[in-house]
Amino acid sequence: MSGISQFTGGITILEITYIIASVLFVIGLKMLSHPLTARRGNTLAAFGMGFAIIATILFHKKDGEPIGNIPYILTAIAIGTAIGWVIAKKVRMTAMPQLVSFFNGMGGAAAALISMMEFPHVDPELIARSGMANGHVLAILLGLVIGTVSWAGSMIAFGKLDGWIGDMRIKAMKYVNLSILTVLIGFIVFIMTRNVQASAELTTYIYVMFAVAVIYGVLFVMPIGGADMPVVISLLNSFTGVAAAMGGFLYNNQAMLTGGILVGSAGTILTVLMCKAMNRSLLNVIVGVFGGGGKSNAAEAGTVKEISLSDAAVLLSYSKKVVIVPGYGLAVAQAQHICHELDKLLEEKGVEVKYAIHPVAGRMPGHMNVLLAEADVPYEQLIESDEINPDLPNTDVLIVIGANDVVNPAAEDDPSSPIYGMPIIKARDARNIIVMKRGMGKGYAAIENMLFFNNKTRMLFGDAKSTLQNLVNEIKNL
Amino acid sequence: MEQFSEFFLQHREAIFIVILSIFLGIEVISHVPAILHTPLMSGANAIHGVVIIGAIIVMGHAATTGSMILGFLAVVLGTLNVVGGFVVTDRMLEMFKKKK
Repeated sequence: MSGISQFTGGITILEITYIIASVLFVIGLKMLSHPLTARRGNTLAAFGMGFAIIATILFHKKDGEPIGNIPYILTAIAIGTAIGWVIAKKVRMTAMPQLVSFFNGMGGAAAALISMMEFPHVDPELIARSGMANGHVLAILLGLVIGTVSWAGSMIAFGKLDGWIGDMRIKAMKYVNLSILTVLIGFIVFIMTRNVQASAELTTYIYVMFAVAVIYGVLFVMPIGGADMPVVISLLNSFTGVAAAMGGFLYNNQAMLTGGILVGSAGTILTVLMCKAMNRSLLNVIVGVFGGGGKSNAAEAGTVKEISLSDAAVLLSYSKKVVIVPGYGLAVAQAQHICHELDKLLEEKGVEVKYAIHPVAGRMPGHMNVLLAEADVPYEQLIESDEINPDLPNTDVLIVIGANDVVNPAAEDDPSSPIYGMPIIKARDARNIIVMKRGMGKGYAAIENMLFFNNKTRMLFGDAKSTLQNLVNEIKNL
Repeated sequence: MEQFSEFFLQHREAIFIVILSIFLGIEVISHVPAILHTPLMSGANAIHGVVIIGAIIVMGHAATTGSMILGFLAVVLGTLNVVGGFVVTDRMLEMFKKKK
């Protein structure tokens, strides 16, 4: 804060590097929002980060003391780099969402650890002057709480997406969560109003607070199921941003401050955009319990009708317009390549093939785009749901591959359905509908889908990849 | 009130940066096509790995064994966030580029 006295050459270089890093973060993020520049934007931001890290190690001084323990720091960075690199390179594309969640949790944990270590060392002069109720302490406490919640929540989200943690839905949950949140705020107020000489006297409370924050993070994500997971990851992402910014506040470090707040606000906007795509409010996502609801009206729905592979092959080959609606089932089965093969085959036969992409299909917004891009499906063939809906009545065949909730007409018909009001791909407007599914299980949001019982709908049961492979062979043999 | 104004004056630069960065973040993101939501989230995820700087500072001034261990852990986790985040984002975006 008293910058002038420590104004040496190294500090100047450090501060300039931080400015450069901040600018690179902003430009990188900006470039990330355009398809053509996205990859360079990412690289640019990575360089900014690299500069900031190197400059910190070389030039940072705290009360005139340079950074020590450098061999250990470099070892830690080497370990983190090796693990992070291997995980990031080896994980399957379908597991991307949980991976982002995992790395996000790591950042949150780092922020929480920093707070824990800094708390006992709050400047005694500052405490003597303004008591515990100062910005420094507040930043430490908020960094601890937000970072911990983000870490615990991300780990639960990771476990849920990876399938080894189930949903826990108890009605009273939101009251429990609200009370824990109140307790956490109570802790902050309690600590900041203590009359002590040194913050170290209160260290025990910090550990208790950490434990409570872990519980809150776990319970916060536990009841959130199904279709809301992307929103939660995005929200936790912005939490970690804010936690990092608290560190920036603590060290008067502009790179951390801008980087953290940038992610905090961008992440929040992204979260809101996702909520909008599902026509739900953020509050609803956080306190509401999603999925599991919805009347089970399968009984009155009648029966589903199946279609044979050869019938499906004929139907597709003699269509003019085919629309493919991909969902998570396509991702799980790793069927994106064979799916592209099918669309190429049909195009050769003069069929016009488009993909209808729902913004929240899969487990993350844009998940389908990433997958189909991997399979080299041309960008122009991917149409967003709003754009393709008016075209669907003129579509001969609509193929739903492993998607469910995003084509569920309950979103339009059934006010009692949890997804009521969510914009969907109006699959039932198409002339014929083929649904590829593993079985009659419900979608990720666990809601009955009346589309499957529609008169125009035919089911093609089986794993998406082998079914598509068989379909391709069948069409080739026609 | 006195406390508030002391707090405000002491941190006014940081508060300035925070408020402007909020607007910047909103502005930068708001026109992103849905196709890039996932990579963007992942890229933003990597950027908040900047928390590693705090971890390095804390580790760089750690004196006791306990704080050394915690600091070491913080640096490892921060690095995981940075490296994993950027590499995963690059991997996602690599697929967009191939066909161009």
